This record gives sequence, C-alpha cells and structure tokens, in this order.
Amino acid sequence: MTPQATFTAPKFEVKSHASLRSAATKIAVEHLNFFYGKTQALKDISIEIPERQVMAFIGPSGCGKTTFLRTLNRMNDVIPGTRVEGKITIDSDDIYAAGADVVDLRRKVGMVFQKSNPFPKSIFDNVAYGLKINRVTSSRSELEGRVEEALKDAALWNEVKDRLKSSALGLSGGQQQRLCIARALAIRPEVILMDEPASALDPIATSKIEELIVDLKKQYTIVIVTHNMQQAARVSDLTAFFLLGKLIEVNSTEKMFTAPNEKLTEDYITGRFG
Amino acid sequence: MSTEVHRHLDQELDALRDAVLRLGGEAEAALQRAMDSLANRNTEEAREVLEHDDAIDQLEVEVDRRAIDIFALRQPAARDLRFVMSVTKMAPVLERIADHACNIARAAIDLNDEPELNNHIRIQEMGEIASSMLARALDAFTRGDAGAAREVINRDAEINSLYNQIFHDLIELMAKEPSTATRDARLLFVAKHLERIGDYVTDICEMTVFMAEAAIIKHSHRDDS
Repeated sequence: MTPQATFTAPKFEVKSHASLRSAATKIAVEHLNFFYGKTQALKDISIEIPERQVMAFIGPSGCGKTTFLRTLNRMNDVIPGTRVEGKITIDSDDIYAAGADVVDLRRKVGMVFQKSNPFPKSIFDNVAYGLKINRVTSSRSELEGRVEEALKDAALWNEVKDRLKSSALGLSGGQQQRLCIARALAIRPEVILMDEPASALDPIATSKIEELIVDLKKQYTIVIVTHNMQQAARVSDLTAFFLLGKLIEVNSTEKMFTAPNEKLTEDYITGRFG
Repeated sequence: MSTEVHRHLDQELDALRDAVLRLGGEAEAALQRAMDSLANRNTEEAREVLEHDDAIDQLEVEVDRRAIDIFALRQPAARDLRFVMSVTKMAPVLERIADHACNIARAAIDLNDEPELNNHIRIQEMGEIASSMLARALDAFTRGDAGAAREVINRDAEINSLYNQIFHDLIELMAKEPSTATRDARLLFVAKHLERIGDYVTDICEMTVFMAEAAIIKHSHRDDS
C-alpha cells in the first residue's frame, strides 16, 4: 500500500455486501464545518449515511465524532456560540434550513447517550413520556400498546412486563440503557443516534445492546459513536474514521478493519497512533 | 493503547515472524539436503533429513501457538491481521514442504542402493528451481514485497513444464527398459514431490501478496496442468 501524507474527501468504495449497494441515502452531509466560538471542531465533512444500516464513528478523543453526531439532530444548537456551515439533509430535507422544525427533527432522529438517563419515574412513564408530551396517542390503550411495542423492540419487555409501575431507577445499568432506547423508539424515529451507548456497561449488558443494535437496523438507520473498535467491527456495516475534526476515511467495516485505504486509519486501527 | 502495549504487540509480532522464518529456513534446508543426498548418493544425509522432521513439526506448533495468542489477546486488525493470517496459513504449507523433502530423502535411501539413472540430472535441475523459488518466496515474505512474490509465482510454470518432460521420459524408459521400472517409478515420485513443492511455494507467495496488498489472488492465475 502507498502511504499517503495528505487526505482528501473520502469516497465510498463499491461494497461487496449486496444490501450496502442497494441502500438508499438517508442522511447526506455536504462540506460541513462546525465552530465552537473561534475554534473549528469539524472541517469540511462530506458523507452519506445509508438507510437501515449501522454506521460507526471512530477516532481518538477530541476528534469531533460526538460533535458531528450531535449536528445530525441539531443538539449543538443549545450550546451558546456555536456555528454551522454546510448542509445536512435527511430524506432530502435540509435540517438547518431557515424555518426547519427542530422538534419535528428530533422526533425523527432519536438519541441515546453514553450514560443512561432515565427519569425518576416508573418504567412505564419513562417510555410513555415522549408520547405524552408530543400527544402522539389518543387513548390509554393506544399509549399502553406503544409502550409495550417500544419495550419489546428494545428487548426489555420480558424483563419488566410485571413491574411497569416500579421506578426505572431500580433497573440495572444495562436495563436502564435499554429503557432509554425504548424511550427513543416509542415515538417511532427513523434515525437513532447513539453516543457510546455501552461504554459504562459490563460485557453481558454490552452484548445485549449490540444484539439490539443489529436487530434495530431492520427498521432504523443507526449512527453510533464508539471508542471500542471491536464493537464497531461487530455491529456496524460502515465505519467512518475521524481525526482532528476531519473525516479521514469512510468504508465498509469489513474493509476498514482488514485493509483500510488510508495510512492514518491503519495506524489508528492497529493502535500505532502518535 | 499505551506505548507499552504497542511495544508488547510489536514484540509478539516479531517473535511470530522469527518463528515462521525459522520454520521456512528449516524447510529450505530439508529440501536442499534431501536433493543433495539424492545427487551425492549420501544415505546418511537422507537419514538426517528424516530425523530432523520432528523438530520442524514442533516449529509449526510454535507458530500456531504464537498466532493463537495474538488473535486471542491482541485482536489484530488491518496490516497486523493480514500478517498473522498469512503466517498461520504459511506454517502448515512450510511443514508440508518439509514432509515432501522427507519423502525425497526416503526415495534417495532406496535409490542409493541401486545403479544411478541419467534422469537424475533433470531431477536435480527441478530441485534447484524449487529451492531457488522457496528461498526467493521467503525473502519476498520477509520484505513484504508483493512484486517479488508475483515473480516467484510465475516461475511455477518452469517446474510444471520440467515435470511433464521428466514424466514422459521416465514412462518411455520404463517401456524400453523394464528392468529400470522400479527406479523410474521412484524418480517419478521425486519429480512429483518437487512439482508439489512448486505449488506450495506459490501458496506462500499468494499469502505475501495478501499480506502486502490485501489482494486475494489465489485460484486466479494457476496453471494446474
């Protein structure tokens, strides 16, 4: 392989996997720059995220992967002094266009955080919360049905069905994280953003979350930030590598972990960075 | 990973490389000595090749053990993964080359008790090509040189062509002089072992191309005639 001292905007390889070839683009990002005040955190990011696939973002701490994830549902808007340039479209709609409905965007693009953050309420109320504030359901029975469906989709129903009125804070860490996933799923998003969803969990709970991610991609487009490269290798179809605010390479996960195109990616993946 | 962890991984990869190169060196020496024992009618040397085979088998086991440890404990990726994968596929191939060398040594022990045949010269030529291919293949692997590996692969046709000539010559000789049939058959087996060694050297070169370029070229260039 020829080492490359510089890098350009990454291009998709032709994927060997049939489903990757046929997947339509769900999110398209063009020349995105992001600033915290005068500090530029993301530099000219262009990437396409296909529908109903799992894309993993990897890279060292401070490389911009979480910042980028948060631009996909405008979570950075709440941070004072931030600025976005470029374009992000979801299903061809520009999410940063003047007049774009942020509430509608976040309904469409759910998020799961590194630390599970259940409300100090019952298991049922945690999942029903988004449905209630968005007035999604019109009857109690419909609400109960949606809660059950979300808990089943999050592979938690069998563990909590007999104690839905118990406090969510009594669940284990892994169960709390799956509850947060159920809460995100209840409003039927199309995209789920996950920021290191298993970093605080033991291997068994991590395994359940990973199985869930693989299962959920049948219905949802999933973008996951992870520091665990084996996790990225296990759950994702595509992997994107970030460094110093730049997107160095995006490729099929298989290619990324066996023969990445960029030397910087190879150095990071083989642990010979810096 | 910390610098200390990188250092350990690099040391383990170096130790694996050393082990497979020792195995390669032993296979190369076994082939050389087996062919010498045939050329020089040196039965003692042929017996030494056979006696040394257990040590070669143990080297293969050592390569396996080191590679398994790296897979289990280090989860290698990218170039490290390709290197460890290539080594694990090369080790049994090298061990089989040594087995073929042992078979040649056994044939030498039998043939050394019989009058010499003229075809020894062609067989020696085949042996020299096989030895040279093996040495160059191991050199290409050591340097991670896919171009050199491809050059070695192209030489397999020379061995195949020589094998076909020797095969026809020996069959003709068997028909003409039935009294030489046993010796002819033994030489034919030696030629077949060398032809197989050429194929195994090609396998090694394919691993080197995979290691260096992540390209899987096996079954894409073979002339198995």
